[in-house]
Amino acid sequence: MEFKFEGRAKLITQVLMALGLVALVGGYLTDHSDHHQRWWANLLVNGFFYFSLSLAALFFYALQYITESAWSVVIKRFFEAMLGFLPYGSAVIVIVLLAGQFHLHHLYHWMDTTLYHEFMTVEGGVTTYLDDQVAGAVNNPNYDSIISAKGAYFSTWFFWLRTIIYLFTFLLFAKLFRKWSLQEDAEGGTVIHFKVFRRSALFMVFFAYFSSTLSWDWLMSIDPHWFSTLYGWYLFSGMWVSMIIFAHVTILWLKSKGYFTEITESHMHDLGKWMFAISMLWSYLFFSQFMLIWYSNIPEEVTYYVSRIFTNYKVPFVAMFLINFVVPFLVLISRDTKRNPAFLLPVALLIFIGHFTDVYLLVIPGTMFNHNVFGLFEIGLFLGFLGLFINRTLTSLSNAPLIAKNHPMLQESKDLHY
Amino acid sequence: MKKVFHVMYDDDDKLLVAARELVGKGIHVNEVYSPFPIHGIDPVIGIKRTRLAITSFMYAMTGLTLAVSFMWYTMISDWPMNIGGKPSFSLLENLPAFIPVSFEFSVLCAAHGMVITYLLRNGTFPGMPATNPDPRTTDNMFVMEITTDSNSMNAEELETAIKNTALFELSIKESK
Repeated sequence: MEFKFEGRAKLITQVLMALGLVALVGGYLTDHSDHHQRWWANLLVNGFFYFSLSLAALFFYALQYITESAWSVVIKRFFEAMLGFLPYGSAVIVIVLLAGQFHLHHLYHWMDTTLYHEFMTVEGGVTTYLDDQVAGAVNNPNYDSIISAKGAYFSTWFFWLRTIIYLFTFLLFAKLFRKWSLQEDAEGGTVIHFKVFRRSALFMVFFAYFSSTLSWDWLMSIDPHWFSTLYGWYLFSGMWVSMIIFAHVTILWLKSKGYFTEITESHMHDLGKWMFAISMLWSYLFFSQFMLIWYSNIPEEVTYYVSRIFTNYKVPFVAMFLINFVVPFLVLISRDTKRNPAFLLPVALLIFIGHFTDVYLLVIPGTMFNHNVFGLFEIGLFLGFLGLFINRTLTSLSNAPLIAKNHPMLQESKDLHY
Repeated sequence: MKKVFHVMYDDDDKLLVAARELVGKGIHVNEVYSPFPIHGIDPVIGIKRTRLAITSFMYAMTGLTLAVSFMWYTMISDWPMNIGGKPSFSLLENLPAFIPVSFEFSVLCAAHGMVITYLLRNGTFPGMPATNPDPRTTDNMFVMEITTDSNSMNAEELETAIKNTALFELSIKESK
């Protein structure tokens, strides 16, 4: 069965995209913060959040292969469809990083090259930065010894090399997985299945490193004096649960339109279990990071939380944690609520917003400090990206049959009964 | 006087098919003895969903309450402690420090409570007499128990219906 992306659904996503475009232009014109900091920061928040949904779908797809999971075979095409946004998300991230490199904004304080030199000389209005004290040199007031010590990691060529390698790897695997999946539809047999199995294992090795380091490079470096070794996993669990929520809600919608009849209540129950389990994983990692820093109370570590809890961000920060932990824990713990969309949908939508707020609070306190504004621009941009994401996913979904008919474990997946 | 039929099968699938067939004829199956859980048998023979999960939640809440009140007494009330360089002497403000212990104790209580409840409820607590009709059901055989007193059919009709299934062995006992 083929999915046709047309009519009202397509129109709604286009209206959302138009709304996003209006917000993008209007936001830029009305943003009077220095270097349009607010505009760029929100572009990073949305770009990264939706990019991470695609990335998590790529990870989950590979996970199903390396674990030889049968239950998810009927949903496989949906995860493939979510990869449709990956190039767009990558483009937004590259644009934001490039703009930072050319100093159009100041999201990344470490991109300021003057921080890395202890001394400087001023001759005839020309400032030269030096690492060694020569005759006539004075102390550089911008010098930051902590960031300077991380100079090798933050050096321009190394940073861009990493960014290019991440994006290249992800886009390559996304393209190949899709290609092999369609090839399997045409050819059948188990050869392609085992090829994807081996390539997924390879992808996992890359993903294990890159998911951590990309979160350091793109988000943790916003607070360059601070570091947390848990950060990568914490971010990874957040993107994973957001992706599962998006998949669950959209599949429920597709089922209500008469598509995906092979996906039964048991499959939806399994997705619901993922939503519950990964919400708990996220809460666990959030709390592990928080508690160690709270307990040890070391100034260089604790600043991260001080700037989120003892400032304007207190209410969204605490509410975000409570929503993302308590709501799924209390509501999704029961078998019946996981199978009942009337309970599951409101919770899913609520924690989707919760996890967006999580990413928002990773970026904004370190870039806007206590000057943050939350207005129509933020809402419009979120909706715009949501529209683009749904549009790309459903377009990609309509390009291939909904069920991978030659997957060796298809029958087992159809027979899933819980 | 009732008759007890112990119908033995050598495969769980055969038993499942037979159970569906017999239940379809309106026969009530009292119990199934099996070395491992047979997937999908519960709704067929009319066993209600387990409430063990609910007891698990209650045990966990008991554990949580015990752990938090114990820590409140020892570290806040009886001998106030300076936790993590933050001498607030308040349960709420020191809560992050208490979460790991509360979590572990909730899990401990839930796990032990569930195991003990399960063993008691099933009558399989260590030292309890075995209730399975044939020792082979702990090895490689599957037994279905049907009695005349819980069925409206008479013994002959039941026997005919049972013998139509792919059984391995049938033993009929009379009991009060």
